[in-house]
Amino acid sequence: MSEKVLAPLAGNIWQVHVKAGDTVEEDDDLLIIEALKMENIIYAPCSGKVIEVKVQKGDQVDEDAVLVLIEPNED
Amino acid sequence: MAFIQNMGLLSVTPGMLGMWLIGLTLIYLAIKKQYEPLLLLPIGFGILLANLPNTDLMTEGQGLIWRFYHYGIEWEIFPPLIFLGLGALTDFGPLLSQPRLIFLGAGAQVGVYITFFAAYAMGFTLQEAATIGIIGGADGPTTIYLASKLAPQLLGVVAVAAYSYMALVPIIQPPIMRLLTTEKERKIRMHKGRKITHKEKLFFPVVATVVIILLVPPSAPLMAMFMLGNLFRESKVVERLSDTAQNALLNIVTIFLGVSVGATMDAATFFNRDVIFIFVLGLFAFMLSTASGILLAKLMNLFTSNKVNPLIGAAGVSAVPMAARVAQKMATAADKKNYIIMFAMGPNIAGVIGTLIAAGVFLTMLK
Repeated sequence: MSEKVLAPLAGNIWQVHVKAGDTVEEDDDLLIIEALKMENIIYAPCSGKVIEVKVQKGDQVDEDAVLVLIEPNED
Repeated sequence: MAFIQNMGLLSVTPGMLGMWLIGLTLIYLAIKKQYEPLLLLPIGFGILLANLPNTDLMTEGQGLIWRFYHYGIEWEIFPPLIFLGLGALTDFGPLLSQPRLIFLGAGAQVGVYITFFAAYAMGFTLQEAATIGIIGGADGPTTIYLASKLAPQLLGVVAVAAYSYMALVPIIQPPIMRLLTTEKERKIRMHKGRKITHKEKLFFPVVATVVIILLVPPSAPLMAMFMLGNLFRESKVVERLSDTAQNALLNIVTIFLGVSVGATMDAATFFNRDVIFIFVLGLFAFMLSTASGILLAKLMNLFTSNKVNPLIGAAGVSAVPMAARVAQKMATAADKKNYIIMFAMGPNIAGVIGTLIAAGVFLTMLK
């Protein structure tokens, strides 16, 4: 079961730091959402493999939009 | 000979040189440090202009900048137009989804009222005291508006104080926030409010206009324009008006507002003992408002299970959205996955309305 990373706030996708296939550790930077001229870093909720990145730089996202799907490590 | 006599060079006074220094300092801070550059740059230049001798720029009835000042500020045109733009820029969603956050915006006005009494006790008139207290609301156009109606002689000084403290929000607020909150409180993650429908956002500016203006009629010019701008935004059918209000018009008005406010500051009105008191009292008001917002949030937490992160109380001073950003920075410093900025926008916007109402109350009582 993959883990959905949701947008904690509405804003613009400022930077995307991961792509499908990447391995991430818990708390790694995934992407940055810019809201009210402030960069908010979104961190990986768990360690695992990035299955899909649903957004790209410049996208406008609403709160709770799915940003990234991560397949968590087994352990 | 007449030419030489008319030259300004021989008429420059030490006071003027002092004002040049102040004007140039503001210009420097705007450019180099980017402290509220949109306002401090034209204000700084206006100060310089007002202190060049033998010009007619601020001469009543004929000067170019006097006309900007007279028709823009004395006629109360610029501040309401600024509010039209701010209304078009404002999303009331964060406030509507958690209406209890309104109290934090109201709580942060405590500094305004306490400073009002403090300034009065120190010998300022009631009108001057109100104008100084309103600095604590950290709302530039409201401060200018109230000053122009109650104490025009203080206008330049209180405007510069208000904009300076707004620029210094990221420096003034964090120590107070750290002092009044525990690490555990700063880590509080807030729960989402309910989703706001488009209809609610549409009704809000109309209902708020009617209710607030019925309660505090003197707030009407600013409140009416603020909510009209917001109605433009939320109606979604007048994109062009909304766009003009929040960009072109806001920018044009800002230019003339800044220059005219700066030009009210000539050496004679600026260099007196009161100015230092005004700056100190303004800072006091601002710090007190920050503190009262936080303390009210903590008080709220005593009575509710759905805890509020008290940092967002500090955003009850208007300074939109800077104060909300400061709250976010402090929250992330405690817990990097804590995103409170949108919650902080609730008190932040409520703070704007709160300061407007405070100004309206002062006008009701003192005009």
